[in-house]
Amino acid sequence: MERKEWPLWEVFVRSRNGLDHKHCGSVHAPDAKLALQVARDVYTRRQEGVSIWVVKASDIVASDPDAKPELFDPAEDKIYRHPTFYTLPEEVDHM
Amino acid sequence: MYTQSLSIPDGEARGPKKVENPAYQAEFDAKIAAGGFIEAKDWMPEAYRKTLIRQISQHAHSEIVGMLPEGNWITRAPSLKRKAILLAKVQDEGGHGLYLYAAAETLGVSRDELYEALLSGKAKYSSIFNYPTLNWADIGVIGWLVDGAAIMNQIPLCKCSYGPYSRAMVRICKEESFHQRQGYDLLLAMMRGTPEQRDMVQDAVNRWWWPSIMMFGPHDKDSVHTETTRWGIKRISNDDLRQKFVDATVKQAEVLGVSLPDPDLKWNAERGHYDFGAIDWDEFWNVVQGHGQCNVDRLAARVKAWEDGAWVREAALEHARKRAVREKDAA
Repeated sequence: MERKEWPLWEVFVRSRNGLDHKHCGSVHAPDAKLALQVARDVYTRRQEGVSIWVVKASDIVASDPDAKPELFDPAEDKIYRHPTFYTLPEEVDHM
Repeated sequence: MYTQSLSIPDGEARGPKKVENPAYQAEFDAKIAAGGFIEAKDWMPEAYRKTLIRQISQHAHSEIVGMLPEGNWITRAPSLKRKAILLAKVQDEGGHGLYLYAAAETLGVSRDELYEALLSGKAKYSSIFNYPTLNWADIGVIGWLVDGAAIMNQIPLCKCSYGPYSRAMVRICKEESFHQRQGYDLLLAMMRGTPEQRDMVQDAVNRWWWPSIMMFGPHDKDSVHTETTRWGIKRISNDDLRQKFVDATVKQAEVLGVSLPDPDLKWNAERGHYDFGAIDWDEFWNVVQGHGQCNVDRLAARVKAWEDGAWVREAALEHARKRAVREKDAA
């Protein structure tokens, strides 16, 4: 059996103008042009999108899941970054 | 469309090996206990990974093989409208297979390995597709009963603990409702037709009823799901899902004007559910083990499609390679 697999592409779809492109899955395709075509057939059969991005999966740089504490925990105790941290007089609280 | 609530071992899965680690295990257990999600790159126990690869790929194979019994009728659909609907449905099944293969691949197994497991006969797919589609009413009954049973099975999977599988299932379930409704609509049209057409519907119901309720898998007392339940993969037991399906279907059969081929089917006021007759598990296991009416044909059709497509896959890769070289030279 043939063992030469088409490369993997990650698919991002903008569901309508005004919204971000959102990751929705992946496809195998030999090149970018066909990746777009396949993504259209697989992920937008019911008008789910107005724009598609495809990115070669091997080109994506992801954070290490083991590094989660170093990367994300420091924000945990910085509650002063949120508006709810500040108690203001009731008359002006809706600012 | 179709999981079969039966996880059948089909050989070693080949995800990356991870050393079991108590600290990671504790974190994993806590996430599961809190009803959280596990994502592709998170640490997970090897058994969890293997179980998921097996279940998701069996599900994907079922979608792909499931295109065959219905594809059989595309050229013979009785009107352009029905042909367009059936084409869309079969295309959906292909799409569902692709969402699921992609979800399985996030666990560290390659698409080719998954195909190879299917084509070599090592991997299982839902037994329901090893029954033939003999008349046009079969297409309606597959939508109504087979997809109906599949929906019952699949809705709980939308909340399963593995993120990529759960997201694929959300997408699939949204599309599945169309499948069931178009099937019922097709049958309604036939029931409003000639006596012969009504007979065709009844004949199809008679043949598909039992295989459909077998789709929920063995009785709870005969099936072990402790781990998949603890891991948040399986959320509702086979028998509970089957009962829910039977309860929902009786009324639909009445409205349609067909009888369900089970003399023991009757309302049990005490239980608040319909009782139904004994399932022929010998038939079920016979089909699972490869002796159904269409097992050989189905697999042969998949192998042929793979082999006939080999030159296309190769040519497309070669085209991409040449183009990349040309673009590099031009730059």
